[in-house]
Amino acid sequence: MALPAKLIQEFDELVTHYPEKRAGLIPALHRCQEELGGWISPDTMEALAEYFGLEPVEVYGVASFYPMFRLTPPGKHVISVCHNISCELRGATQIMEHVCKKTGTKPYGTSADGKFTVWPVECQGACANAPMIDLDGVYHEDLTTEKVDKLLGGLA
Amino acid sequence: MKSFERYLLNRTTLANSETLAVYKANGGYKALEKVLKKPMTPAEIIAEMKASNLRGRGGAGFPCGMKWSFMPDPAKDPRPRYLAVNADESEPGTCKDRVLMEKDPHGLIEGCLIAAYAMRLQAVYIYVRGEYRKSYDTLLAAIAEARKAGLVGKNVMGTDFSCDVWMHKGAGAYICGEETGLMESLEGKRGHPRPKPPFPAGFGLWGKPTTVNNVETIFNVPFIVERGGAWFSSIGTQNSKGNFLCGISGHVNKPGVYELPFGVTAREIVDEVAGGIWKGRKCKAWFPGGSSCALLRGEDLDVVLDHDSLKTKGSSLGTAAMIVMDDTTSMARVMEIIARFYDHESCGQCSQCREGTQWLAQIFHRIATGHGKPDDVATLESLAKGMAPGKTICALADAAAIPTLSAVRIFKTELEECIRQAKDPLAPPRVEYAGAH
Repeated sequence: MALPAKLIQEFDELVTHYPEKRAGLIPALHRCQEELGGWISPDTMEALAEYFGLEPVEVYGVASFYPMFRLTPPGKHVISVCHNISCELRGATQIMEHVCKKTGTKPYGTSADGKFTVWPVECQGACANAPMIDLDGVYHEDLTTEKVDKLLGGLA
Repeated sequence: MKSFERYLLNRTTLANSETLAVYKANGGYKALEKVLKKPMTPAEIIAEMKASNLRGRGGAGFPCGMKWSFMPDPAKDPRPRYLAVNADESEPGTCKDRVLMEKDPHGLIEGCLIAAYAMRLQAVYIYVRGEYRKSYDTLLAAIAEARKAGLVGKNVMGTDFSCDVWMHKGAGAYICGEETGLMESLEGKRGHPRPKPPFPAGFGLWGKPTTVNNVETIFNVPFIVERGGAWFSSIGTQNSKGNFLCGISGHVNKPGVYELPFGVTAREIVDEVAGGIWKGRKCKAWFPGGSSCALLRGEDLDVVLDHDSLKTKGSSLGTAAMIVMDDTTSMARVMEIIARFYDHESCGQCSQCREGTQWLAQIFHRIATGHGKPDDVATLESLAKGMAPGKTICALADAAAIPTLSAVRIFKTELEECIRQAKDPLAPPRVEYAGAH
C-alpha cells in the first residue's frame, strides 16, 4: 500500500520541523489513524516504515507502545470513558455502565453492528469536570446519564 | 483567606482570549519587547529567573533559573540547543496546563520565546498529550498568528533574534511526561526514560543541550521578566514563591482550577475556594498534588499547600492537583485504581517497576473484591519498599510505591478489615472487565 499523496505532502512538510526525520513518526501515525480507517494496519506500518527509512517492526514497536494507536479496527464511533480516580469519585462507573448498556457494547469491545467501540482510558486531564468521556476526539465533561443519552441519541 | 493579586488566569476569562489581538490589548508581548528592544542580556534574564525563585510547576519543583543556567555557554559549545515544553499533563487529578493552553496560548508562546532568547535556543517544541486536541489546535493557530505578526520565526520583532516554535503530539503514554521519556518520544521512539547522567542540559534531544520545562512554569516567565524577580519572590512562603494553579477534584462542591498564592492552607482551598466537601460529609483522605503523592488524612487539611509544609507531613506538592475523598470512600477501591494506573503506564524497562506495579495492582484488586489474603498488607509494604526510592531509571516506580506506602500506613485497619470480612464494606458499584493493554 502506498500512502495517499495528500499525507506524503503533509509529512514532507512535517519532517522539516525536526533535525532528524524519524521525529515525525508519532505525528504521522496520528494522521494515518485519522485518515486511514481509525487504526494502524500492518499495511500502514509498512508504508510508514518505507517513508521514514525504518524497519516495519520499528514502526510496530512505536505504534504498540502508545495507547492512542489502535492496532485493530474500531467501530464507527469511539467512546473513550475515563476510569481513573477523579472520574471514579464522581460516578465514572455509572457512566461506563450506562454507555455500555446504551451502545450494546462491553468495555474494550465493539457493538455487533460496528457502530460503537467503548474504550476505558486512564486520566484524560478533565479531573475538575469529572466524569468525562471522549467521543470521536471531543471531550464531554460534567457528565450525567441524561447527558450521555443526548450525546449518543444524536449520533448517526 | 487573605485577598491577593491574580495574574495567571486574568486573561483566560476574556472573550476571544486565545487571539493575538486580545492578548496584545491586555499587555501581551510587552515582556518580549522589553527583552529584545531594551535589550536585556541572556545573563540578565537568567539572573531575574534565579531571583524570582520560581520552582517548576510540573511536579518536581526544581528551581527554573538554576535549570536554565545549566545550559552550556554557546561560545564554548556551539551545538544546536532546544527547549521542550512538557505539556504531556497526565498525572491523575491534574488539569491545569490545559486551561492555559486552551485559553491563553500566547502567554505560553511569549514565555517560550523569552526562554529561547535567554538560553540562546534554535527551536522550541511543545509536546502536548495526544488527547488534548483542543490545546493542540489552539496553540497551533496561535503560533501561526504569531508567526504572521513577526513574533515567531526569523528576526523576531525585526531584531537579530530568530526562533521557531513547533507543536508536537504525544499519543497517550503517561511516561512521556518524564523528561527523558518525553525526549525519546519526541525523537519518534518508544517513551523509554533514559538513565541520568547524562542530564538533558548536556545530552538532550538528538544528543544536544536541552531544557525541559512545564507549561505553567514557562507561562510565569513573561510576568517575571516584566515585573522583576523581586516582585515574584515577594509572593508566597519561604521556599515556594508566586501564585500557582491548584486543580481540585473529587468530593468537593466546586471542583475547578484555581489561582492561589503559596501560603494558603488545604482547608482554606477545600472550604473557601472549592465550596466544602459535598453532601455535607467529612474529608477522609486527600492527595495534595496528584496520585503520586503520599495520601494525607482529612485531619491534615490544616497544612499549608507548599513544598516545605507538605514535606513535614510526609507528602509533597507534586502538581498541586488536590484529589479529595469523603468519608464514604473505599480506600481499597481508590488504591486499586491507582495501582492499576501505574501498572498500565510502566514502560517495562526496569523489573522492579514492570513486575512491582503489576503485583501491586493484582493485590489491591483482590483486596477490593473480597479475595485478599491474610499477609497481603505486609506484602504490599514489602513490594513498595523493593521498588523505590531510587531503584529504577525513572521515578514511575516511586510514583506507585509512595501512595501505596501511605495507604498501608494510614488505612491499614481498613484494608485488613476488607481481607478479614472477605469483602470491602465500603465497596462502590463496579463494572467488571479485564485489564487494559
